Order: sequence, then C-alpha cells, then structure tokens
Amino acid sequence: MKVLNFTLMPYRSMDVTASKDHRSAWVVLPNSFYDPEKGANDYESYIDLLAQSEPLGFDGVCVNEHHQTAYGLMPGPNLIASALIQRTKRIKIAVLGRALPLVNNPINIAEEFAMLDNMSRGRIIAGFVRGIGAEYHSTTVNPFYSHERFHEAHDLIVKAWTQPGPFAWEGEHYNLNYVNLWPRVYQQPHPPIWIPSQGSIETIEWAADPNKKYPFLVTFSAREAVIKNLMAYKAQAQQYGYEAESSQLGWAAPVYVADTLERAMNESRSAIEALFNDYLTLPMEMLLPPGYTSVESLKKIIATKKAIGRGGFGGPNQRQTLERLMELGTVLVGTPQTILSQIKEVKEKTNLGNFVSMLQFGTLNNELTTRNQAMFASEIMPHLQKMQ
Amino acid sequence: MTDPNSSMSTCLVGNVSLNLRRGGSGRPILFLHGAGGVSEWTPFFSELSKTNEVWVPDHPGFGLSDNPAFIKNMSDLAMFYLDFLDTHAPQIGFDVVGHSIGGWLAAEIATRNSTHINSLTLISSAGLRLEGTPMGDIFIWNAEESIKKLIFDPIVQEKRLNAQPTPEEAEIIVRNKFTFAKLAWHPRLFNPDLKKWLHRVKVPTQVIWGEHDGLIPASYAKLWAEVLNTNECHILGECSHSPTNEKPVQTAELIKSFLGKHPL
Repeated sequence: MKVLNFTLMPYRSMDVTASKDHRSAWVVLPNSFYDPEKGANDYESYIDLLAQSEPLGFDGVCVNEHHQTAYGLMPGPNLIASALIQRTKRIKIAVLGRALPLVNNPINIAEEFAMLDNMSRGRIIAGFVRGIGAEYHSTTVNPFYSHERFHEAHDLIVKAWTQPGPFAWEGEHYNLNYVNLWPRVYQQPHPPIWIPSQGSIETIEWAADPNKKYPFLVTFSAREAVIKNLMAYKAQAQQYGYEAESSQLGWAAPVYVADTLERAMNESRSAIEALFNDYLTLPMEMLLPPGYTSVESLKKIIATKKAIGRGGFGGPNQRQTLERLMELGTVLVGTPQTILSQIKEVKEKTNLGNFVSMLQFGTLNNELTTRNQAMFASEIMPHLQKMQ
Repeated sequence: MTDPNSSMSTCLVGNVSLNLRRGGSGRPILFLHGAGGVSEWTPFFSELSKTNEVWVPDHPGFGLSDNPAFIKNMSDLAMFYLDFLDTHAPQIGFDVVGHSIGGWLAAEIATRNSTHINSLTLISSAGLRLEGTPMGDIFIWNAEESIKKLIFDPIVQEKRLNAQPTPEEAEIIVRNKFTFAKLAWHPRLFNPDLKKWLHRVKVPTQVIWGEHDGLIPASYAKLWAEVLNTNECHILGECSHSPTNEKPVQTAELIKSFLGKHPL
C-alpha cells in the first residue's frame, strides 16, 4: 500500500466563538478574521510539516484547493506543490485536486500541471475535482453546468497533454483556436489522474471506465461509506470487464495516534471537533447549490435535511463529538494497534491500495502534529507499506 | 384554490409541451411567472380573469412543463417565447405581465419583438442591475430566510413556514430551483446587455413594486421606470417581493386601470 501525507492547511487562529455570528467559515466569514502574521506562520509550519514526509518515509504528500475559507488556505494548491518540489527529491506530490469547472480556461490548469511535472521530473499526481458547492457561491460559476464543465475540461486537458499541438477545441463550454502546451508534460502519456470524491455513482462509473481507470479516493466518509464506495468502484470495474487494481482504490482520513487511547483522544479532541464543527460549517444552500447534484440526490437530501456540520445558519447546532466520529470511522484515533487494525479491516474488504493520512487537522498545533506524524510514520506506516 | 372558470391544459411549442392554466374572457393577458413558479389559480388570477382572458404557462423547466436541454439561458427562453407567441398568441395579441424573473423574461422578449405584445407590466422585476444597490442573495438563504425576505406579512410568513409540501410539490420546488439557477445564477438575476436595448420597447409599460421588497429593493422600480421612460410606476405599501400574492386585488386593479388607459 502507498501512504501519502495530507493537510488542508486550515487557518488555525480562527476566532471560533466570533465566527459563529456568520453563516459559515466559508465564503462569507469576513477576512478581518485573518491575521497575516499568524497566517504566515501557518504556511511556514505546514510546508515544513509536509516536507518532513520524505525523511519520514511517506510515498507522497498531498495538497488541495479551496477558496475563501478558513478551512483551507490553498486557493492555489500548485503554489504549495511548487514549494514542496524544492523541498523534496523522491516522493510524489499529489494535488488533490484542482477544481476544473471553476476556471474559464482549463488550459491554465493543464499548463500549470505540466510545469509542475517538469519541475519535479515526473513526481506529480493530478487530482481532478468539481470544487465543493460553496465554491460556486464564491466564484459565481453556475452550478447547473458543473458536471458538464468538469467533463469537458477533463477531456480538453487530457487531449492537451497527449495530442500534438496546436489543435483547435470546439466545445460546448470552451472554444479555443490554439491548444498547444508549452511545456509538454514530463510523464508519459500524462501525470496520473486521481479522483477524490465523497462517492456518487456517476463519478464512480466515470472514473472506473476502462479508458480511464482513475484511482478513486474516498474522502471524509464514515468507514461503512468508504467500504461501500470502494466496493462500488470494484463492481463497476467488473461490469466493464476488468478487475480494479489496488492502486485504483484510495481512502483519505484524519488520523491521530498516541501510545494510549486516552492520550490520543485527549490530544486530538479539540482539533478534530473544530474541523468537523467549526471549519466545516456548511448550510445545505452552500454545500449543494441547485444543479451541483442531480435532482434525484437533492430531493433525497432535502427529505432527510442532512448537511455537513451545522444544520443551518441559526439552526440547531448539533456538534459532532470525537466519540461519534470515531465510532463512525470517519476519523482514526487511537494506538498504533487499533488504527492499524481499522485500516486492515478496510484493506481486507476492499483491497485498498492508497491510504492518505491527514495528520494535521483543524487546530492541531505543530508540536502535536510533529509527534503524530513521527509516530504514524514509525509505528503504522511501515506495516501499511508492506501490505500487498 | 380552484376557480370554476379556470382550466389546465398543455400546449405545444415545437415539440416542447407547456403546462398552461387559463381562465376568464376578455382582453388577453399573458402572465409570465417568477422563479417560484405557479402552483394554483390564485386570487390574483381570479381577480384579473373577471375582466380578462388570462394565460399562465409554466416556463420550460418549471412546474409541469417539459425541460428541453436547448434552453440554456434567459436569451434562449426569450426566443422560445417568441415561438410560443407566433404559435399561440390571439389575433389581437397579449398584454404581458411578468413577475420577478418573469418580468425580466418579458423585457427580453419585448426588446426582441413586440409584434404580439400590446403592453408590458413588470412586477418586482429582475433583469437590471442598480449599481451600489445589490439584490439579496436568494441562493444562499435557507427556506426560512427566503420566506421572511420575500413576504411582508408575518402571519403569512408563519403560514408558509409551517406548510408541508406533498412529494409532488417538493419535486416541483427542486425542479424550479434548478431551472432558476440555470437562468439566473450568473450574472446574478440580470443581463448586463439588457439596459442598452430597452429603448426598443415601444409598447406602453408599467412598473409595480412592493415597498419592502427583500430581494430586489424598491429603488429598482425607479430604474426600470426611467429606462422604460414610463410614468406608470407604482409602489405598494406593506408588500415585499410578491405583489401578486400579497396585494392581489390592488395589483390586478393597477393592471386593469393601466390597460384602460391604453385601449386596443
């Protein structure tokens, strides 16, 4: 199994109490909450923490893209990837991912990935996502066309990476007379494309397609949902007439490890609860704008009135406790043995091949993150990397 | 609400089927609904249909009408309605009344071609931007906020808050929202190119607004009246974004009196 290290780069000094006066920590949280001095410290720490992944023995590091939020300070994840290329020599650098529908010219994304691929001599993994619902509020891109734009942008980028230029692109959403990438990509035929997702059948069908076989990475999900989605991917592959390889199956989860369960819980509690309750506050209208999902899924969601984090602005505030998140298996908190056995369980059921550990999350400070990374790397990771 | 004089049928425009409510007789009025759609023959329609033949189609993608993929934006919808008018408009034409994005639609149609249009009444209309006076963010509001912003009377707000839609109604609510986003997400609720062409509207125009409109502030009424060069600009007190529901009799009276001033 490959093991990659990931952080969202949250703004750790967010005034949580004052933030509750606002609809969300996304889009509308005034940026007066951001102190550049503290933010600069965060950037420096996060880049240091991720750079340590190489000496610690990880197979890769991951960054991702989010906009206008304290939840993650990487509106331009490629900038961090670029810094990490300079700080590492061997490991993969995965951008999980770029939100394709949010740009008006996907060639910008193709070009930047091509640059990173050359600069790293082929260490780049290119994640493709749609961006979350809130980002359709912040960018004003019409969520109704999110799926269409994603698919067309994907087709355009892959063609730009693999076909000789210049060529013309005559599309529904993008029209370009000259597609002619300078530089070309370093890896052949192109950098690996990964699809991070919370799992929808449409995405699974698309990613598992025999012409794509894109590794599927289930993020932020309860253990049952992780297993269900990975099994769905495998079943889809079988339906297409092939067996999914373990390298196509991934899972990303927050992990906190310590020598005792009690210590692990005590040290991670406030940071994990902050992540799920204070940073991930998204009322349904922001999480799922009209058209972002199919009519059918939105109807189901409205029927059950579910949303990540707070139920809604000013609505009842049902906090997700650490205990609950552990019970669901959304987070892995415990001793090396308990965490290892939880990952093994998923591995045995699904043939999982990529595990993405989020070892810094929410407000977790540098000291605890460093210790968490070191212990995960020495006590858990070697066992995972040995698993076939 | 049922009205013995109203009926529901479908009508074809090309191969697109529209759900159409009709009632009354007299000088024909075409009502173009807003983003919430139309779920019944309301007191406003009853009032109008006492003296007029009132046509209320569900727009493509709304209510019970078809949802053709080729309608991608407000411009497509306006062109589609020109086809509708060519096919179905009575010989003497329609007086067109549009509410909210239906007002915007009416203005888009009339700038293109007013052959079948005798007059234009825009109620709480989207379509223009008044710089420095942003509209409310209806896509970020939750259901409760929307009701409180869109309706003035707290008693009516309360009634709406407690309403439990049937599964069929819930389906239409979601459908309407999707089409609303398709048409109006960006540029948000307006067309940057509309204002410069509104001088092409040569038919008589009237503007009606709720004084306390929580979505499109009443100052937009003045902008519309100015651009359309009309003196018929009426602001209704104790009313938010839905004069047709909040002040049905008063709104219907304004329309009838306006039409009276402009005999065919």
